[in-house]
Amino acid sequence: MADLKLDQIRKSYGAVDVLHGIDLDVKDGEFVVFVGPSGCGKSTLLRIIAGLEDITGGNLMIDGDVVNTKSPRDRGIAMVFQSYALYPHMTVYKNMAFGLKLDKQDKAAIDTRVREAARVLQLDQLLDRRPSELSGGQRQRVAIGRAIVRQPKVFLFDEPLSNLDAALRVQTRIEIAKLHQKLQSTIVYVTHDQVEAMTLADKIVVMNGGNVEQVGSPMQLYHHPQTRFVAGFIGSPAMNFTNVTIDAVAQNKVTVSVPGGMKSVLPFDVPADAVGKLVELGIRPEHLTLGEEGALTVSGEVDVVEKLGDSTYLYLKLANGDRVTVRAAGHSRVRIGETVTASAPAGAAHLFAPNGKAFAKIDCPAEFSADDDT
Amino acid sequence: MSFSNIRREDASRAVIVHAILLTYTLVALYPIFLVVINAFKTRKGIFRDPMGLPNAETFSLDGFTKVLAKSNFELFFYNSFTVTIVTIVIVLLFAAMAAWALSEYKFPGGTALGLYLAIGIMVPIRLGSVSILNLVVDLGLVNTLTALVLVYVAQGLPLAIFILTEFMHQIPKDLKEAARCDGVGEFKIFFAIILPLIRPAVATVAVFTMIPIWNDLWFPLILAPGDGKQTITLGVQQFIGQYVTDWNAVLASLSLAIIPILILYLIFSRQLIRGLTSGAVK
Repeated sequence: MADLKLDQIRKSYGAVDVLHGIDLDVKDGEFVVFVGPSGCGKSTLLRIIAGLEDITGGNLMIDGDVVNTKSPRDRGIAMVFQSYALYPHMTVYKNMAFGLKLDKQDKAAIDTRVREAARVLQLDQLLDRRPSELSGGQRQRVAIGRAIVRQPKVFLFDEPLSNLDAALRVQTRIEIAKLHQKLQSTIVYVTHDQVEAMTLADKIVVMNGGNVEQVGSPMQLYHHPQTRFVAGFIGSPAMNFTNVTIDAVAQNKVTVSVPGGMKSVLPFDVPADAVGKLVELGIRPEHLTLGEEGALTVSGEVDVVEKLGDSTYLYLKLANGDRVTVRAAGHSRVRIGETVTASAPAGAAHLFAPNGKAFAKIDCPAEFSADDDT
Repeated sequence: MSFSNIRREDASRAVIVHAILLTYTLVALYPIFLVVINAFKTRKGIFRDPMGLPNAETFSLDGFTKVLAKSNFELFFYNSFTVTIVTIVIVLLFAAMAAWALSEYKFPGGTALGLYLAIGIMVPIRLGSVSILNLVVDLGLVNTLTALVLVYVAQGLPLAIFILTEFMHQIPKDLKEAARCDGVGEFKIFFAIILPLIRPAVATVAVFTMIPIWNDLWFPLILAPGDGKQTITLGVQQFIGQYVTDWNAVLASLSLAIIPILILYLIFSRQLIRGLTSGAVK
């Protein structure tokens, strides 16, 4: 087990820059998830850590050693691929033992390690089968087993659950979480699924366009997104955004007019010269409730209703044309075409400058804060 | 159109397709059939009724006894076999390695090198017979099996490299990268993972390489016609004279010559059928 340090990692393919100087510290035993939309460079970054891609600039350190030019085998990593990448002509046992045999390790020791890994992953009964005789979930467990037996310093997972069906994905996700608790190993995990990121990670790295947008614990990202991109990416359904005008600025208070003409006073530190400017207000669907109790109200016509049983999502069309999702109770009887008003406490709001940066929130109430989480 | 009509149409199509294929098979196999049946006939029998099956009157093993007793048939056999097997081994090994290099590693001039190797498919090697003969004389390899092996390797490599490169492109990238992460060296990846996976392609290439070599008369004739080094196709020629041809012996030795190549084909063709990549990814 070891820590991992990325120092100004850059990657270009010819004239195209894919990664623009990534800095990151991964502590020993930490579960770090890279998340972002496709093409954001997260997989490239993982492959750079693995040694499958060359580094254009910067330094990569594993356990204090610069490993920029080392081959994958000398880095002490093990990688689990989205496609499993099992050796099709070998049995499960041989798949797991193959890498070890090459290291000229003692046969009995290899056998113990493979059987131990198989036991942990419940593959004991399948050791003599070929990959083609296994289900998707079993194959993925073999791929994980193949990584475990190598006892690497860092585990790398490249979208390992993307090829599994929904039910199996949840199950395997829990198994990976348990495995991390048990092995206490350093894991770097790439996914485009923010639910996986939220549930598994100690630390999430949100990436966008070859840059790191924000690094933080799942709750920090959820409650204190530093940019509009992170705010929109983390959380499901996505945060609602609408343009508001700043009417007045006071000490740690800002007055904005929400579409529909209503004014709200929100606890943000906004510079005085922002008065009259257009900024973006963000609010999560689950923080909106039907009714007018909150400081922040929106109203609009319901054009879609999604009933999930435990909750109902109402999709509202505001006066300015923006759409707002409201999470209502499961027994909500709101119908399409009705005009409803929803509101949220002022503390639930997020405010973003035109450049996408978030304004600092003052005196954040406990239920909208990650302070006790960190 | 009703269901039964569709089925009838399907059936008639199948009949037509099978009729064409059967005809082709007959056309292709009939000469071989003629060779084999006439090998078992007397000389008179061959000339009087070349199409007829051997009967009590015409049946004879004269040809076989002549071939096995009066000529160095075992030696010709041994020569052909040695040349073919050694060539196949060398072609497969080097073609597979070259294909791996061309498909897996990006290096300057890689594409040009691939094209250069592919040109060999289009240019018949017999065009270079004179220079090849000169070269072989200069190297002092006239009348050796080595000369034949070298020429056949040169003849077999281009197509083998071409076919194997295409197959290697189909091996999922993840598999190689997984092996690299597993700490497997490049040579081990090639021999322990890539080669087993392209076994069907290797078998195909082996068959393609083997048959022209076994049947070749040209290069044995100009490069190794000396006593003791003749291959089977050349050895048969001693029964074909300017004035008299010993057809019994020619046909008998040709019949015998089919057997080893048939066995090799059967061995390789079993590999052709196997698909091994299933279960690797997804």
